[in-house]
Amino acid sequence: MELNVNGKRFRVDSDPDRSLLFTLRNSLDITGPKYGCGEGQCGACTVLINGRPVRSCITPLRAAAGKSITTIEGLEIDGKLHPHQEAFIHADAMQCGYCTPGMIMSGVALLRDHPTPDDSQIKRSLEGNVCRCGTYPRILAAVRMASQSMTGGARD
Amino acid sequence: MIELERYELNEGPAYRFTPDRRDVLKLLGGGLAVFLLLDRDAAAQESGRLRRGGSDMPQDIAAWLHIGPDGAISVYSGKTEVGQNIRTSLTQAVAEELHCSPSSIQMVMADTDLTPYDIGTFGSRTTPFMAPQLRKVGAATRETLLDLAAARMQVDRADLTAADGCVRDTKTNAKLSYSDLTRGEQITKTISADTSLSNPTAWTIAGQPLDKVNAREIVTGRHRYASDFQRPGMLFGRVLRPDSYGARLVSLDAGQTNAQVVRDGEFVGVVAADELAADRALEALKPAWKSEAQRSSSDLFAYLKANVEPEGPAANEHGSVEDALLSADHKLKATYTVAYIAHVPLEPRAAVAEWKDGRLTVWTGTQVPFGVRGELAEAFGLPQDKVRVIVPDTGSGYGGKHTGECAIEAARLAKAAGKPVKLVWTREEEFTWAYFRPAGVIDIRSGVSNAGLLTAWDYHNYNSGPSGLNTPYEAAHQRVQFHPTKSPLRQGSYRGLAATANHFARECHMDELAHTIGMDPLAFRHKNLTNPRMLAVLDAAADRFHARADAPRKGRGVGVSCGFEKGGYVACCAQVIADTTGKVKIERVVISFECGAIVNPLHLENQVEGAAIMAIGGALFEGIEFDNGRLKNGRLSRYRVPRFSDLPIVETVLVNRKDLPSAGAGETPIVGLAPAVGNAIFEATGVRVRSLPMLPALSIGRKLPG
Repeated sequence: MELNVNGKRFRVDSDPDRSLLFTLRNSLDITGPKYGCGEGQCGACTVLINGRPVRSCITPLRAAAGKSITTIEGLEIDGKLHPHQEAFIHADAMQCGYCTPGMIMSGVALLRDHPTPDDSQIKRSLEGNVCRCGTYPRILAAVRMASQSMTGGARD
Repeated sequence: MIELERYELNEGPAYRFTPDRRDVLKLLGGGLAVFLLLDRDAAAQESGRLRRGGSDMPQDIAAWLHIGPDGAISVYSGKTEVGQNIRTSLTQAVAEELHCSPSSIQMVMADTDLTPYDIGTFGSRTTPFMAPQLRKVGAATRETLLDLAAARMQVDRADLTAADGCVRDTKTNAKLSYSDLTRGEQITKTISADTSLSNPTAWTIAGQPLDKVNAREIVTGRHRYASDFQRPGMLFGRVLRPDSYGARLVSLDAGQTNAQVVRDGEFVGVVAADELAADRALEALKPAWKSEAQRSSSDLFAYLKANVEPEGPAANEHGSVEDALLSADHKLKATYTVAYIAHVPLEPRAAVAEWKDGRLTVWTGTQVPFGVRGELAEAFGLPQDKVRVIVPDTGSGYGGKHTGECAIEAARLAKAAGKPVKLVWTREEEFTWAYFRPAGVIDIRSGVSNAGLLTAWDYHNYNSGPSGLNTPYEAAHQRVQFHPTKSPLRQGSYRGLAATANHFARECHMDELAHTIGMDPLAFRHKNLTNPRMLAVLDAAADRFHARADAPRKGRGVGVSCGFEKGGYVACCAQVIADTTGKVKIERVVISFECGAIVNPLHLENQVEGAAIMAIGGALFEGIEFDNGRLKNGRLSRYRVPRFSDLPIVETVLVNRKDLPSAGAGETPIVGLAPAVGNAIFEATGVRVRSLPMLPALSIGRKLPG
């Protein structure tokens, strides 16, 4: 099977039912997406498939093969952080940081469809991402900050 | 001195080795190394006398700092980073004393081969104990560099100043960088604990908001947690778990599998080339289990009361409680309960184990690296110096990662496989086979005068623990006692531990007393408190809260609480919308916190906010349900944790006391929320909920008459 991850092509000789998450982590050593629950409840494993956020722990390989997969590792380009990554640093939107890759990927997906979301939109679209350390107010601020930086400060 | 957590193991180390400090310098490879000798107090607090896992590093060393021949500054501490941001705060503490940029310092943490022995990262001890030690090392290093510079530059030492990583001659402006000074040197220096430190009022690096030092690694996904770690030729393991607590393996049919099945007594695991093959091999196993009847959560609290251990600690008692109760104007008696709850660290237990030349190395996420090394040495009959535990910054712990089960299991599988093995516990395993915050029952009898003075206080905590047990309120006649009991489930440490339960019971009871005599709950607290630090946080929270209070309306209530634990003072005001169908929306929380001189206001605010939000779970809906030794809600789809939809407005008020030593902040801010919310629910609904979590009882409250 062929996987297209962060613009690179990989041949993977795996069971099509194997989870995308563990294929990325254990076969391709792409460990930004995290295991948190294995049942799509915590969002730590969130990656984008063709720009849409999916829970890679419950996504079988066959559903991802041939499509464009983006993980947290794919956001930084030539040493320049994505505005979302910058925003998470500036808002101090992490403690242990284990949820951070999934949070950022969910945020990136939201801003792709809604460049200037209000707080309730942000909260709704990140409801499936758990931060056990409780940094939600800062994550909210970070997504707002990323929105402002990506749209030059425009609001709906 | 801060008491050790009751639920910590207190076994002595099995072995002790004492290589010379010069051996350490050899390991570091030249330059300047400054060692801090333990003082007696610190030794009792942090050294290996109390707990297994003693060090093969010099036993008398608390901390050290090394400036390499290349000028690289490394600071060594056995503490672990689990999200409390000590990698950043300790860097700031050293940079402040060493007079250099935080970015020039590398913290080397939690590696049993490289760092000084440390008892573990718990009990909010890093800031009060480790930070001053590292600051002393930083200060002594700076003084040594000034000595070196005076000799090298042939000038009067009094003319030299150290700043920004350089020593400068104030007369000539000539300067030498720290690396110029240490290049080619081979110096070890030992200092004692009475080295003097800078005053927090003069801090320019400490005391300031500084971004998490490794934030870039986190947001790019480059940071490798233990569960992300890979080794060449590494295989993947799974472990067979009993079908209930207390079950014994009667027989095992290994089924059809290409994976390696490892059986050693009750331990059964599988090893395979990838996680899918390991999962399938585990599923193919056909075990037969035998178990006796086990406990259930339905009779938990009766069980705890009926199974008090005979040798419990004595009561803390003064005056005559019984007499005072008899003569009190008003009496109140109430029982409070708290459920077991799970830590749910988002990264479950994980370990990569590798055996090489008779030596075992394990990368794992734990708060107690030296303790886990001791466990590994014991499990495999190895001397401590044959075991190395390395803890990458970990995906949280909250007191839940003090044990080494996963490390031992990974090591057992790796030993059988002859190759490195990774074992990551599933979320269900983490729920079921780690340990819980203790459940408990708290009985209170109290007396109060018509004028609002607390006269009698009789307080008994069964099993939940002694943290935060003593009341900060003045009461002439008191009896306060912790009663250890048998516990149906495996229990251990948790963020704040019993202080959450004890503050819930005490602060809700104080509220009940205030309502009993028709006094404002805030005024009632004022009347019975004298500690100025407690009063200061209470007023800070109340003032901020009332500066922008929403208009009262039906179903809306406001509650207050305050407390003290582990050197920190906290007060909380909460506003809720609630009804007796079990619907509660926490609208707004104001939490004030004082822990002496603030080391990093940005991260302190983050900790206080995060603790308040984590506390929402235990306050409203988190609770482990079990039936005959099996968990009913041991997975994330059945165990609710706080999410964005639970998020109230959270405002923090940090009280900075630069005149007081810094205390830790990772735990105490968690204790204020539950009672403030409980008291607010009472105001909103008239229903007094005396159990954590509160939502189930509030829903039942609807069915009760009146």
